[in-house]
Amino acid sequence: MMEFPGQLIYWIVVVMMMMGFYIVIAQGNFVKKIVGLNVFQVSVFLLYITMGKVTGGTAPILADGIEIYSNPLPHVLILTAIVVGVATTSLGLALVVRINEEYGTIEDDDILEQESDA
Amino acid sequence: MITDHLVVLQIIIPLMAAPLCVFIRNANVTWALATVISWICLAISITLMQQVMATGEIIYELGGWAAPWGIEYRVDMLNAWVLVIVTSIGAVVTPYAKLSAEKEIDNDRLYIFYAMLLLCETGLLGITVTGDAFNLFVFLEISALSTYVLISMGKDRRGLTAAYRYLIMGTLGATFYIVGVGLLYMQTGSLNIADLGNLIPDIADNRTVQAALAFMTVGLCVKLALFPLHMWLPNAYAFAPSVVTVFLAATATKVAVYALVRVIFTIFGGVDILEAVQISDVLIAMAIVAMFAGSAVAIYQTNIKRMLAYSSLAQIGYMILGLSMNSVLGVSAGLVHLFNHAMIKGGLFMVMGCVVYRIGSAKLDDMAGLGKQMPVTMGAFVLGGLSLIGVPLTVGFVSKWALLQAALEKGWWPIAVLIVISSLMAVIYIWRVIEVVYFQAAPAGRAAVKEAPLMMMIPMLTLIGAAYYFGIDGTTTMDIAGRAAEALIGGLK
Repeated sequence: MMEFPGQLIYWIVVVMMMMGFYIVIAQGNFVKKIVGLNVFQVSVFLLYITMGKVTGGTAPILADGIEIYSNPLPHVLILTAIVVGVATTSLGLALVVRINEEYGTIEDDDILEQESDA
Repeated sequence: MITDHLVVLQIIIPLMAAPLCVFIRNANVTWALATVISWICLAISITLMQQVMATGEIIYELGGWAAPWGIEYRVDMLNAWVLVIVTSIGAVVTPYAKLSAEKEIDNDRLYIFYAMLLLCETGLLGITVTGDAFNLFVFLEISALSTYVLISMGKDRRGLTAAYRYLIMGTLGATFYIVGVGLLYMQTGSLNIADLGNLIPDIADNRTVQAALAFMTVGLCVKLALFPLHMWLPNAYAFAPSVVTVFLAATATKVAVYALVRVIFTIFGGVDILEAVQISDVLIAMAIVAMFAGSAVAIYQTNIKRMLAYSSLAQIGYMILGLSMNSVLGVSAGLVHLFNHAMIKGGLFMVMGCVVYRIGSAKLDDMAGLGKQMPVTMGAFVLGGLSLIGVPLTVGFVSKWALLQAALEKGWWPIAVLIVISSLMAVIYIWRVIEVVYFQAAPAGRAAVKEAPLMMMIPMLTLIGAAYYFGIDGTTTMDIAGRAAEALIGGLK
């Protein structure tokens, strides 16, 4: 059984993930929603980076006298995911700018009100 | 030989053409390029299909790195089938796109539209062709990001908020999916889908692996818009430019269904996962609620594009119902409905594209009297609507019949009855449109409306015609879907 706080890093990941998720759901401001989305994604980056660590292992660069290396693959994977995250964030913010131009607000409630009138 | 590399060319050609569009910047030239590329993709996918039927599974190692270390692309009956669906819709949509996009998208941004359309097709084909779970995520995001842009390109400002909401939901879904992939990697040390399928049976009781399944299933269900994770879909379809709606409705959700099939029947294929953790009951319940809720809400819509979007939710319910029956008949019914629904909904949304092109609105009230003014277009709507309901001689009948047989094989009478009742609900919402279009006079103020231009009509009639061709002779499609289903379920043993 998992002892608290035996796998402390996983607790951090889960708490961060739920915090991000909560912000996305609870916030009505479109920019804050994207902040929440980022927190959510970063928790997953942490999860991947954590699993690459090998106890006592060092950076995966060939050198004399070193036997144990950490697993570099999860790091490479998450580098891809980070790039995707940056693209998503920038596209999301670009959409928010356009929404602000068209509606004059980025609050979910005000926008829903304007849309129900239309 | 170039033919050895067809699998990867399928992805590379549209991927390279997309940035080329941005350099060219001329709307007509980029349109011509996109059309040529989409037809090349269709030719490749048909060739692949023939190869698979003749010689079986094709395995392609990217850069010559052997799996499970390298990324491998794997094409079997199921992939080839989905590839043909996506590329044939792409090939029909691009000729149609020219006039419709000129009308509904700012003309100085048309080249971006074609670039995004090609990128979206790249992503969808990539999801289909890849044999690597993480690579699938990358393609999922390529298609998703280009989709957000496509949805926001229309002139209606509600398209912007629809795209934003889809971005939030879509990113959450995709992130859930990579959490799942990460957990599987922790336990197995592999990302190769086929390899995972071999490794998982030994550790299927592990809580981490089951959590991975949960994350991946929920993530993909957001993408394929299964009730109750569908909230992004109706607005996205209703306010996107018509041609975008045609493409997305006919391909995007279908590819997400495919990805779910891969997770359930290939990654978790070694253990009868639908039974083992009883997600089958949950999926069946959601599918049935989707069938009814989707159809019921569709009845009350005044915007016909939105109505068809809700009807799509119901149709996705049928596909998931078929898959979660966990039998060869059920899965093949679900798979054949992928293809059949792509034709029906693609055709119906094309009709709406023609209507929007002529009258500038998709509202039911504005469509009064169109039956006399646009007889061919509205005739196509009636034919497509009949197919959606599932009248005999249409593809809708073929897939619903298959689904009914699958339900009866299991002895699930109540579900068979529910399938029939929910199909009849489609009669109501299709009839509402027919009544307004044929039996109400055109509003007094409206200028005379002409028939849709030939360039839009031909792709529309092609899809609706195909919906009847494969409805009258459903043996080819059922045969392919049946073989794909047998290969999937065979993995269980």
